[in-house]
Order: sequence, then C-alpha cells, then structure tokens
Amino acid sequence: MDFGAGWVQYLFSGLTTGAIYALVAIGYNIIYNVTEVINFAQGEFVMLGGLMAVFFVGTLHFPIPAAFVCAVLTVSCVGLAMDRFVLSRARNKSVLSLIIITIAVSILLKGAAMFEWGKDPYTLPPFTQGEPITIFGAALQLQALWVLGIVALVVVLLSIFFHRSMYGKAMLACADNPRAARLSGIPVRQMVLLSFLLSAGIGAAAGAVITPISLMEYDRGALLGLKGFGAAALGGLGQFFGALAAGLFLGLAESFCAGYLSSGYKDAVALLLLLMVLFFKPEGLFGSREAAKLKRF
Amino acid sequence: MRSMRQGIGMAMMAAAFLGAVLPLTASPCMAADKEPYKIGAIFSVTGVGSFLGEPEKKTAEMIAADVNKNGGINGHPLELVLYDDESDTTKCNLNFKRLAKTDKVPVVIGPSRTGESLAVVGVAEDMEVPVITCASSYKIVTPIESRKWCFKVAGSESDVVGKIYDHMKSKGITKIGVMCDSTGFGASGKEELVKLAPEYGITIVADETFGPKDTDLTPQLTKIREAGPQAIVNWSIGPTQILAVKNWRSLKMDSIPMYQSHGFGNRKNLELAEGAAEGVLLALARVNVGPLLPDSQPQKPVIMAYKKAYEDLYNEPVSSFGGHAWDSMNLAIAALKAVGPDPAKIRDFVENTKGFVGQHGVFNFSPTDHGGLSKDDLEMVVVKNGDWALAQ
Amino acid sequence: MQKRDWLIFLAVAVFLAIFPFIAARISAISHYIDIMVFAGIFSIVSLGLCMLMGYAGQVSMAQAAFFGIGAYTSGILTSHFHWHPLPAIPIGCLLSAAVAWLVGVPALRLKGHYLAMATLGFGEIVHIVLNQEVEWTGGPSGLVDIPSLKILGVRISSEEAWYYIVWTAALCTLIFCFNVLRSRVGRALRAIHEEETAADAMGVPTARFKLQVFVLSAVLAAIAGSFYTHYVTFLNPGTFDLMWSIRFVLMVMLGGVQSLWGAVLGTVLLTFIGNEWLRVFADFDILVYGAILLLVALFLPDGLVSIFPKGRSASGNV
Repeated sequence: MDFGAGWVQYLFSGLTTGAIYALVAIGYNIIYNVTEVINFAQGEFVMLGGLMAVFFVGTLHFPIPAAFVCAVLTVSCVGLAMDRFVLSRARNKSVLSLIIITIAVSILLKGAAMFEWGKDPYTLPPFTQGEPITIFGAALQLQALWVLGIVALVVVLLSIFFHRSMYGKAMLACADNPRAARLSGIPVRQMVLLSFLLSAGIGAAAGAVITPISLMEYDRGALLGLKGFGAAALGGLGQFFGALAAGLFLGLAESFCAGYLSSGYKDAVALLLLLMVLFFKPEGLFGSREAAKLKRF
Repeated sequence: MRSMRQGIGMAMMAAAFLGAVLPLTASPCMAADKEPYKIGAIFSVTGVGSFLGEPEKKTAEMIAADVNKNGGINGHPLELVLYDDESDTTKCNLNFKRLAKTDKVPVVIGPSRTGESLAVVGVAEDMEVPVITCASSYKIVTPIESRKWCFKVAGSESDVVGKIYDHMKSKGITKIGVMCDSTGFGASGKEELVKLAPEYGITIVADETFGPKDTDLTPQLTKIREAGPQAIVNWSIGPTQILAVKNWRSLKMDSIPMYQSHGFGNRKNLELAEGAAEGVLLALARVNVGPLLPDSQPQKPVIMAYKKAYEDLYNEPVSSFGGHAWDSMNLAIAALKAVGPDPAKIRDFVENTKGFVGQHGVFNFSPTDHGGLSKDDLEMVVVKNGDWALAQ
Repeated sequence: MQKRDWLIFLAVAVFLAIFPFIAARISAISHYIDIMVFAGIFSIVSLGLCMLMGYAGQVSMAQAAFFGIGAYTSGILTSHFHWHPLPAIPIGCLLSAAVAWLVGVPALRLKGHYLAMATLGFGEIVHIVLNQEVEWTGGPSGLVDIPSLKILGVRISSEEAWYYIVWTAALCTLIFCFNVLRSRVGRALRAIHEEETAADAMGVPTARFKLQVFVLSAVLAAIAGSFYTHYVTFLNPGTFDLMWSIRFVLMVMLGGVQSLWGAVLGTVLLTFIGNEWLRVFADFDILVYGAILLLVALFLPDGLVSIFPKGRSASGNV
C-alpha cells in the first residue's frame, strides 16, 4: 500500500474544498459583522458566480480573466440589490424573520438561475491548461493552485482593507458597536451596502474559480452555503482568520474522513464537529471568550 | 403601515381563494365526436430528478400530439394529463390520487424515479389503477403478489450490473473498486453490485460513497487506487459522474478501466467531461446508440424513428430517459387501442404483452415478470473520440 | 381557551366535518381531501413548533428530523419486526422525546442564530443517518412494505377515514396546546419569550420549561411522523431533510408565529400552495413560492392572523 501518496492526495483535496468553504464563510462573516444577519443566500452567490463566468466565457467569448472579473462584478451588484431592495426594508425584524427573508431570496436566486441556465451542469475551461503536477505521487490539478491562490489573495486584500483603509476600519467599527459607530459619524447604511457588495463578490470569486474543477449547476448553492456556514460557526462568527482556518480544517476533515473512515459519513463528521463546538465552545474554535461575552448566543 | 399590511394580507387571501376556485371554472371542453381517452403521467419535471422528467415530459407530449394528429386512438382523441412531482414523494403520492380520483385516468405512466414510484405502488394497488413507471428498482415489481397493478419499463440494475460483469469476466477482471453516490440511484446500484459479484467470481476490494453535490472525488478515488483493483465502477447521476471521470483522469488512473452506470448515457456528459471520458465503458440501452446498431436489429427502426422525430421537434439529442417515456406511453396507447379505457383490462393487457418492440428492448411481460426486459437488451458501449462506440 | 376560541374551534370543527361531503360533490376538488390529510398531519408538527417558536421563543430547524424519527421508528417496527402499528406509535414518541432531551439540554443554552444553527446541524445528521443505515432504513431508495394503519382489525385505507382520524388528532392537539398555554407553564413560557433574564430573576425555571416545550414539540412531530408512515406506507429520507424543516418553520410563520390558529391556517395554506395552487405557474412555481415567502416575511411578520384585527389581541392573551 502506497500510504504516502494517499495522504498527500487527501491533503490536496481537503485544501481545495476547504478553501472554497473558507471563502463562503468569510462572506457570511462580512455581512454578519456589519448587520448581525446570517445571509442564507450566501451559497447562491457562489452558484451565480460560477454560472456568470460560464456565461461570459461561453456566450460572450470573453477571455477568462475578464470573465472572472465581470462575474464577480455582476454578482456584487446582485448582492447590492439584495440589500438595497430587500434587507434594508427589514432592519428591525426578528432573527427568525431575517432567516426566512434570506432563505426566500436564496429560493428566488435559485429559481432565476434555473430559468436562465436550465438544470444541466456547466463547466469552464481551467484558468491555465496543463497536466496535473505530481508531488509525492499525488496529483495536484493546476486549477487547485488557482483556488488556493485566489483565497490567499482575498485574505490578504481583506486584511489590508480592514486594517489600512478608512472604509475597512469604519466597517470594523460598525461590527464592534453600530450605535457608537453611527454617533462618531460613520455612515452605517453605506457600510451595510458595502458589506453585501464585498460578500457577494467574494462568493462569486469562489464560484468562478471552482467551476472548472467541480462544474456548476443551479441548485449547488444550498450545500456550499451550509458547509460555509459550518465553517463560519466553527471559526467563530465574525472572525476572519477563524473562518479561513475553520474552512480549511473542515475541508481537510471531510477529505481525511472520506479517505480513512467512511465516505458516507464524512458530512456528518463535519456537522458533529460543529455541534460539539456550539455546545461546548459557542464562540467558535478561534473566537475569543471575552469578545463572546459581549455578544448574545 | 397597519392598513397596508392588512391590504397585502387580504390580497394574498384573495389570491389563495382564486387559486382554490380557479380549477372549478377551468373545465376543458373538447370538440370531438368521441369521448377522449385519458392517460395520466407523473414525471419529475423539476427538482433533483429533472434531468429525467424533462425529456420524459417532452417525449410523452410529442407522442400524444402525434397520435391526435393521426386521428387518435380508434377515433378517440388522446388526452395526456401530466403532473410534475417535483422529485418529491409526498407530491407524487398526491398527484397519483388526483389522477385516479379527479381526472379518472385508466392508466398512469411514470413516475420518473424509484423513490416516487415506491410512494405510489401502494396507492395503485388500493385504487386498482395500473401504473407503468419509468424507474428501475426491482422493488417496484416485487413481490409480485402485492404489485399486481405495477409495471416498469426501465431495465433493472441487476441487468446492467450483469452486463458489466459479463464484460469484465471476458477481460479477465476479478478485483474491482466501487464508488456510488448517496442517492437512491447509487444505493440500488451498490446493492446489485455487491449482491451479484460472487456469482461472476468478482471481488469488491474497495467500496466508496459520495454525496450527489460533492465537489471533489479524489479522496474516494485515491482510496480505491490504494486497494489495487483492476477496474473501477462508478454508479451515480448528475455532475458527480463527470467529476468521477475528470478526477480519474487527473489522478492519472486511466490505466485502470472505468465503468459507469447507464446514468452516464447522455451525450451531454461527454461534452462536459471535455475529453476526459475517453475509454469509459458502460452498459447502455439501444436507444442511445441507434445509428451504431446493425440493420438486422429489430429495434433499429423504432429507435431511428423516435430519434428523428424528437431531435427535429426539440433540437436536442434523445436520451435513454425519454426512451422510458416512449415505452410506457406506447404500451399505454397499445392497451387503450386494444381494450379501451378500463383499468382492469389495461392491466391484463400489459401483463400479457409479448414481443413489444420499444426503445429499451423487446418487452416480454408475464404474470410473474412485470419488468419485461433482460440483460440481452443492453449493449456494452465505450467512449471513443468523444462519441459512443460498441465495445468489444 | 377563551369563549372566542371555543367559537372558532366549533366553526372550524363543523367545517372540517362537512368538508369531505362538499369536496365529494364537486369533481374538480374531489382530490382536495387527500391534500387535507397531509395538511392535517403537518398541522400536528406545526402546532408543536408554534409552541416552541411563538411561545417559548426558540427556533428549531430540526423539526423534520423528529418527524423522521417518529416515521422511521414506526416504519421499521412494523416492516422489519411486523409490529402492529398502534404500539409502534408510542415507541416512536419515546425515542423522539429521548433524542430531543439529549439534544435540547446543551442546545437550548444557545440563542438566535446559534440555536438555529445547532438544530439545523442536528437535523442534517439525522438525515445522513437515515441515508446511510441502509440495513434498517432502506437508505436513499426508501423503506417499503409498511402496513397501513389497522384499528380493531380493520385496515384504514379510505381517504375519508384517514381524513377524520388525522384531523381529530390535530384538533385534540390544538385543545391540548391551548390548555398548556393557559396553565402555569404557558404563563412561564410567555415570560421567557418576553424577557428571559427577567423571568429567570423572578424564579421561573426557564431552562426546564424550554426543554419541556422542545421535547413536547418533538413528540408531536413524531406522532405526525407515524401517521405519515402508515398513510403513505413508504418512507424515504428526502421527506426529512433541511428543506422540510424550513417548510415547517414557514408554515408557522405564514399563519402567525404567535397564534395556534395561525399555525394550522399557515399549514393548510402552504400545503395547498405547494401541492395544488402553484400548478398553474408550472415551472415558475419556485419563483412564486419564493416571492410569497418574501412578502410574508417583509410585510406580515406576525403572519396571516394579523389581518384579522381581533384575532391578534385574542391570541396575545390566550
């Protein structure tokens, strides 16, 4: 038995899937931080990103980088519209109403995608053509490198944005205390719009970059959303690096569980992990206990 | 705000009321000399099974229009009452009762999938309405004592597995790895793969599962590779079957031949796999490979005729699923032509149908076999130059 | 129950009693009775959920899982072990209650999104188990050969019989829930819903009451699950996934989360909308469904009962 190759292969697979979960989780966090809303339509942004990229490449024959950017921009606008036309009307609703509203939006987005693209899966050509690289006997697809690269890029850009730019700092301030932020002159309303824009764009980037590997169809969003949600909770809601680490961890846990334990129960393992964390450390694996005290569980 | 809220609420109530009353007013009036013959149909036109229901619906509608253009059945116009079960067992159950009670159809074709079909077999028995399903599980027609009114036109998994195992045996393959998705389709495939393996002297050295929406199957394939099989069988539907092929190729496992289930028998899959599917083997019904068949094959004329009609009308290739609808629809029409709209007589007619040449084979039903097909109705097919070819 | 509720109850009961006769007269709606059977079954689930969400103020996205535990317990006991369906029902309830208790103890310490998340995760785990334990549950292809309900040796197969059984059970559940709400428990629940910290400070054992209502909702879901099993005589895991949990929440929301009548109304409407009235829209139904949800959540957060001016105040002080 070639133990080494298997191990490395599971690692590659887990990192690729985990990176996507991480991006979805970061999307949840951005919106949650500013609005305390969990946007259940986050997975649909991923689906839309993938299918939009297919549209720009397949129908309009854009080169891939242009299609990628266009897909991200289009979906960002969808996110913006979602806040502007739907959620802004429901600011003071209960948690339950907000959950239902975002679920309704996700159903609408899914339905719209079904009309536009039908029910068949679509694929994209990989961003760079070429044979998979072999490392320690395990194959690594070039597209997987793109996935990891884009996740790294998003994380770096986001941390620069949040710690260096005025807007980013303002958003963090909204997250800490919206009322205080408003009092100190931060336009909270704009920050909310910005958070939807960013989070939809990040979701779309994830969708566009994963499509060459895993294909994309109209009803893929829900499961990706659920997994990303798990990662967000696992890392502690609102924690960016927590989401990144938890996303990768979740991907790896699934991949190794499928490899060494049972492939049928791999999804259950991730969920069980999530339950344990919620029950015993609700602030998330990487959340701080002190910050958690300020929030309501 | 309050009054607006009430207004909206009232409007919604009114809409709901209209929805309730609408069916009362919309009774179709047909200007025909003879009373129309009805065929009920339930397909998964939307939801996860839509890739089955969509071509089935199109085929059934095409045939119904064709029959009516040619003077109907013995002069009676044909009315197809088609409902979508949305791939949901509860809805399917309700649809069946609606067909039997409100629409009073003498025979039902569909549902598309095993789960939905099993949810109506009990009702069909209770209401004594024959149902000709397009799903494949043997559970739909066994035990035969409690499945008097149930027929199926899709070949059993055991036939497909038998055909694949025959081919493996002829190539000297004895150790295989199996991967199935966690849907009803994958589960029943796995059941047959495991059950029939000893009969053909085959050992399953790896047995993996994955979800229908999984994005990466390399862990499963890697685990299979480590068990050292001589061939891999992938049994899934939807995007994962393309994913399996792509991952198999990118892991450079193409020295181990890959067999797919009959679910792979859609030309679109070959496009989506972008060349990665070269060399994949599968057992397919002849409807998929019409042009490859020798002219002496008895099914060739009906397959070519259906292919031409469907492709001219809808501008998309035929699929084996549409073929199921063709078979069940034409069986129902044949029964109506022979015995008229009497459920019990239709049941007896279908049960005694022999040598019915359809898209999926030559059907021979009997009181002990409500499936009517065997593994000889399948062809072993290989992907060659992005197209199907008969395998040696 | 107040006098007003009794009057509504009487009106509803009379309507339900004569509905089959009306439906049978009009051929275009003669199948409505089948839909009403499902609506009745789902009402039992949503009544339990309404107690939990509307009165104890706790969200559960796992109701389909308890529905499934009841359904599969009944299904497995009657098909594998050839039990009579009637004794199988309480076993399902017990199992469901036990699971609810085990999950509820840690989960109900959480609030809002976190509780939603925890119950959702639990629900998905149950769904995965139903899918994977092929030997017992039949796996994704489903559990077959479940007998129909038998009472005193008579097999219940007619729709009308099922209709009356199911709706009698639903109305009994309704009366039971009204009585619970009028008792000490009900007052405590409303206190929890209003302000949990204050209730706690006043010496209301909030944790215990929340847990009890959670277990109650699970037991009601399990009873409904048993009915479903023997009515359809077939089970597959698709009926017990997250989508169905969300559907149950919607049923309660649509009618009005703070009203037991609302839960029943919402359930009946949503069952008809989902199975019958959206048919005219064919492929567009998913969009219409989404739009309805959105409109209700945005403009009618208190559900359809809020359009009946008096109903609102009455349900406020049951």
